Amino acid sequence: MRFEARDLVVRYPGAQRPALDGISMTVPDGCLYAVLGPNGSGKSTLMRSLMGALEPTSGGSYIDDREVGTWDRRELARAVGAVAQSETLAFPLTVREMVGMGRYPHLGPLAGEGDADREAIATALAECDVTEFTARDVTTLSGGERQRVRIARALAQQPRALVLDEPTNSLDIRHEMAILELLRRSADAGLTVIVVTHGLDLAARFADRMLLLSQGTVAAEGTPAEVMTEQTLAGVYSWPVSVTTDPATGTPRVTPLRDGQT
Amino acid sequence: MNRLTLATLLGVTLTISVLAGVRFGSVPLTTSQVFAALTAGDVEMHRDIVLQLRLPRILLGVLVGGGLALAGATFQALLRNPLAEPYILGISGGASVGAVTVLALGWAGLGSWSLPLAAFAGALLAIVLVFRVATATGQAMDVRVLLLAGVVVAAFFSACVAFILSVSSARTVQSVVLWIMGSLANASWQSVLLAAVYTVPAAVVLIALARPLNLMAIGEETAHYLGADVEGVKRTALVIAALITAAGVAVAGVIGFVGLVVPHAIRLLIGSDHRALLPLSFLGGAAFLTLADLIARLALAPTEIPIGVITAFVGVPIFLVLLRRSLAGT
Repeated sequence: MRFEARDLVVRYPGAQRPALDGISMTVPDGCLYAVLGPNGSGKSTLMRSLMGALEPTSGGSYIDDREVGTWDRRELARAVGAVAQSETLAFPLTVREMVGMGRYPHLGPLAGEGDADREAIATALAECDVTEFTARDVTTLSGGERQRVRIARALAQQPRALVLDEPTNSLDIRHEMAILELLRRSADAGLTVIVVTHGLDLAARFADRMLLLSQGTVAAEGTPAEVMTEQTLAGVYSWPVSVTTDPATGTPRVTPLRDGQT
Repeated sequence: MNRLTLATLLGVTLTISVLAGVRFGSVPLTTSQVFAALTAGDVEMHRDIVLQLRLPRILLGVLVGGGLALAGATFQALLRNPLAEPYILGISGGASVGAVTVLALGWAGLGSWSLPLAAFAGALLAIVLVFRVATATGQAMDVRVLLLAGVVVAAFFSACVAFILSVSSARTVQSVVLWIMGSLANASWQSVLLAAVYTVPAAVVLIALARPLNLMAIGEETAHYLGADVEGVKRTALVIAALITAAGVAVAGVIGFVGLVVPHAIRLLIGSDHRALLPLSFLGGAAFLTLADLIARLALAPTEIPIGVITAFVGVPIFLVLLRRSLAGT
């Protein structure tokens, strides 16, 4: 699926400057696309706008060349699985119930789960390595386990695209890598994957293309090698960095410099 | 616990409390006298007691209790907060202002068809007020802000009721005061019908919204991504839950904590899937209020304890435990 923002402007009520100030970008079909940028640069706002969860002040978001607001909500949920940055559970819920919610857009108002639904749920649980937690209460899981359950819910939607806001936030190396490998596999299988992240080095290794945001505008867009230059990153993050090529992976690696270092 | 087991258990409890409600009362009747009154009915006084007093009162308890519990569970899902409840949010208070206003103006009497509508207007006003205050700080609703908003709005509405009563005729005051404290004592077949007409269709609508409410309970942004019409569900569910609350207040006054205690207990037993939680809350609320009314009538017979006193005695400790827990979590 193809995601596109055209001159997207989003201004929150009462805000001094717009959160997004004229963003134009395209995520090609089947691409693993990383959205990067400093805190408050508009990454989450861009994700919500692309998914039609926020009304733009001007401009628009398009999915497969259709303005996102014109998509039927359930149709969109069958096509795109999205995971927001955080969720606070007010009530106990089992992992199975949580992942089962991914079938909502596939079910009629009164229909129960069928074989296809159960299979989609089982596959999603297995892919995210959370099958063993099926009967557990989600609130008793660790942050990493919970995150994988939420991604499993998105996979249970059997979508053609995934949009994830900081899915590896606060995860240890093993779980972070497992999720990124899963996203890479998904993209290789033909899904379009958009992932908002802070991890420049890992994004460089996994993403096909990346978008670097700065104060609601596009600072750079392109392949990791095109985007991750010393000058661009130092400017966007307001901090001197050195960019080298990682000998182990051959991808760019960013090292923030200490005061006085060159 | 298995859902079917709980449904059976609640069904049995409700049946027993309904039967007990018909059997026992301040006028001592034997089982055979009650049975005779229900079937042939040779003694006219017994017939009146059973058919005109006890039976409508019990059915009203079933409808009001079920409705309040269902409204509570709905508010809790929408606000993602186990403390949300029509009484605590000030919605019952708003409904009582609406009802008292038309009563005092003499536009309607107790048991009239327009009373629930006036209560409904008051309940909607309360919802708008509480939500405006609670969401003023941003998107996220803070538990403490929400509760404070509810308390303050409720205080304002009880001041309104006090004001209206102070300028009303003595006759209005007398009839209103008893009712507003929360009581099923005014039950008649007319009020049962009235409660049923508003409560039953509203309950069906809310239970039909169970699946989107499941999504709403984990967050509006996520519900949106999973394909729910967030604004539509929120608007419909809030308005319908307000209508059920208003119908309850119109026929039985302000009865607190049913919407807090019952969904909480059911959630502990079967989890928070609203497809089971909502219908079982209705069943549980019906059983709870019928039992509470039985205690209200019998504990100090012939003196009757206001039913709101009983529900508060049960509800306040549970509320405090829940409050402690949710504040510890933030």
